[in-house]
Amino acid sequence: MKITKGEATHYLLQMCQIRAFEEQAEESYMAGKVHGTMHLSIGQEASAVGSLAKLKPDDLILSTHRGHGHCIAKGADLNLMMAEFYGKANGYCRGRGGSMHIADIACGNLGANGVVGGGIPMAVGVGIGLKMQKQGKILVSFFGDGAASSGAFHESMELSVIYHVPVVYVCENNQYAMSFPASRWTNSQRLASFAACYGLPGKSVDGNDLIAVLDAVSEAITFTRSGKGPSLVVCDTYRWRGHSKSDRNRYRSQEEIDEWKKKDPIERFVNYIMTMKLLTEKDVEKIKSQAKDDIENARQFAESSPDPDVATLEEGVYAPW
Amino acid sequence: MVREISYLEAVREAMTQEMERDERVFLIGEDVGKYGGAFQASLGMLEKFGPERILDTPITELGIAGAATGAALIGMRPIAEIMFMDFTTLASEQLVNQAAKLRFMFGGKATVPMVLRTPAGSGTGAAEHHSQSFENWFVHIPGLKVVMPSTPYDVKGLLIESIRDDNPVVFIEHKLLYKVKGPVPEEPYTIPLGKADVKREGKDLTIVATSIMVQRSLEAAKQLAKDGIEVEIVDPRSLRPLDTETIVQSVKKTGKVLIVHEAVKTGGFGGELAAVIAESEAFGYLEAPILRLAGREVPIPYNRDLEYHSVPQVENIVEKARQLARMQV
Repeated sequence: MKITKGEATHYLLQMCQIRAFEEQAEESYMAGKVHGTMHLSIGQEASAVGSLAKLKPDDLILSTHRGHGHCIAKGADLNLMMAEFYGKANGYCRGRGGSMHIADIACGNLGANGVVGGGIPMAVGVGIGLKMQKQGKILVSFFGDGAASSGAFHESMELSVIYHVPVVYVCENNQYAMSFPASRWTNSQRLASFAACYGLPGKSVDGNDLIAVLDAVSEAITFTRSGKGPSLVVCDTYRWRGHSKSDRNRYRSQEEIDEWKKKDPIERFVNYIMTMKLLTEKDVEKIKSQAKDDIENARQFAESSPDPDVATLEEGVYAPW
Repeated sequence: MVREISYLEAVREAMTQEMERDERVFLIGEDVGKYGGAFQASLGMLEKFGPERILDTPITELGIAGAATGAALIGMRPIAEIMFMDFTTLASEQLVNQAAKLRFMFGGKATVPMVLRTPAGSGTGAAEHHSQSFENWFVHIPGLKVVMPSTPYDVKGLLIESIRDDNPVVFIEHKLLYKVKGPVPEEPYTIPLGKADVKREGKDLTIVATSIMVQRSLEAAKQLAKDGIEVEIVDPRSLRPLDTETIVQSVKKTGKVLIVHEAVKTGGFGGELAAVIAESEAFGYLEAPILRLAGREVPIPYNRDLEYHSVPQVENIVEKARQLARMQV
């Protein structure tokens, strides 16, 4: 698919914002400014941005524990997102969710999830609801190769077919479920072939190639939006960082990581942009620097935001409150 | 004269009337369509509402709970049926980790108005995997509400209220109560969650009982009355939220309390009730220790006699209540 100059600018900016957000997240954590853990998607930016590029604003997504990229690609407010990462009162979840549970309900992001595969069964229900509501909306449900081995995934595929739900499933195969290599039980093509097993269209693509992701997921979106039911796209990608902050990378080699770094989705997209003469080198530098500024502003916003009042601890468990 | 229908018919009537009233309400579960549900709770509803709103599923308890959670998250009002409470173990990831937590976890910005209906309890000879009572697992989860009706009247009012509630509600029916008949108004009505019901008034001792144990306690009370022991029976109806006030007032009045439930005693809801009473102003009114009568410390066995003796029966309640009536601090 050919993209316009405006689209190229938008996609590059989003990928750079994701990268900058997560580098900032890491830095803030190392500096002891936040506690807990985080799951960084550095190296997977094309999968998030490409998958959501052709989604309409009122379409919905369900994300994963590695969800910063999905959240930004769905159009999140970076300040509110960073404030949530910092656990602040004015964060998206009022400091209750943190990195692993950011949701932006108003913007159609129905939430990240701390349980691997936790979002997939809900995706079926969202799809059932969307069908009943007849507004033409669809849902993109993200999960990883780790979740694909869970019963949740298989039960959900089955129900999706039965109820013919308007859901596009995007499996981000980043090669490892924590330390367990996907290669020990499957590969990208075989993950995509689960779709055939359940009777829906499935495709695997180079998930580090934004245009390839955009093409495949757009095709799936068109299929699903036209009322033909669910679809699956597998994006083959790689997380540069560890599973979480406790990861010492004992299960993979530096050579392997370096090899994947050569397939950096951002640099590949920049090359594409230059080859297609969509933007100049100066434009690209400007976009990269804007992304950094945006994240720096978000950091300042988060750090100057108030912590939640402990007196409000029990608020929001039940509706209404 | 109010017409009488069964507990099971009351379940069906509540679902039917809510589905007629609100098009966001739908039913999803295993064999809820043509089969009418394993216990026939939804018999005829497929014909009435069609397959768009009566969703038959394959064997996917986790999927059913997840589908209800996701649909609720975007404003639908699903009723999920889990055929036996034993199988809520398979649905619990979505119910406990997702449905119960989404609202709080997202800063109060998400709403999950769903009901998960499931029959619990022993007495049908279905043995270890089809007879359990897990209510207290769910009572332990902030974000869930837990309801256990004991009469046809309560089933209808509480189920309609649960469907209209904006929170996930675990609605626990009892298989042996399905055939029990009682007066139930034809028009829709609601009973608030968190409002206990004094099923029988008495001055000598209080029995706080749940689900089928309310019926057994009422039977026991008749026998005890012949001995001159007047029992007050309090049915909490919803365990979370719990109407502490009504329980405490009753114990203050009688000075003695026996807690009766079918679930295994250790870690059961009786422990929570006993603690609530002991922590309350009723403590100073207690004339005897707080007693519990509950399920034995075994899985529910198959053999008829063994099964019978696994959970409290009328004669056990009578005996325990007599013992309590004689006790003095």
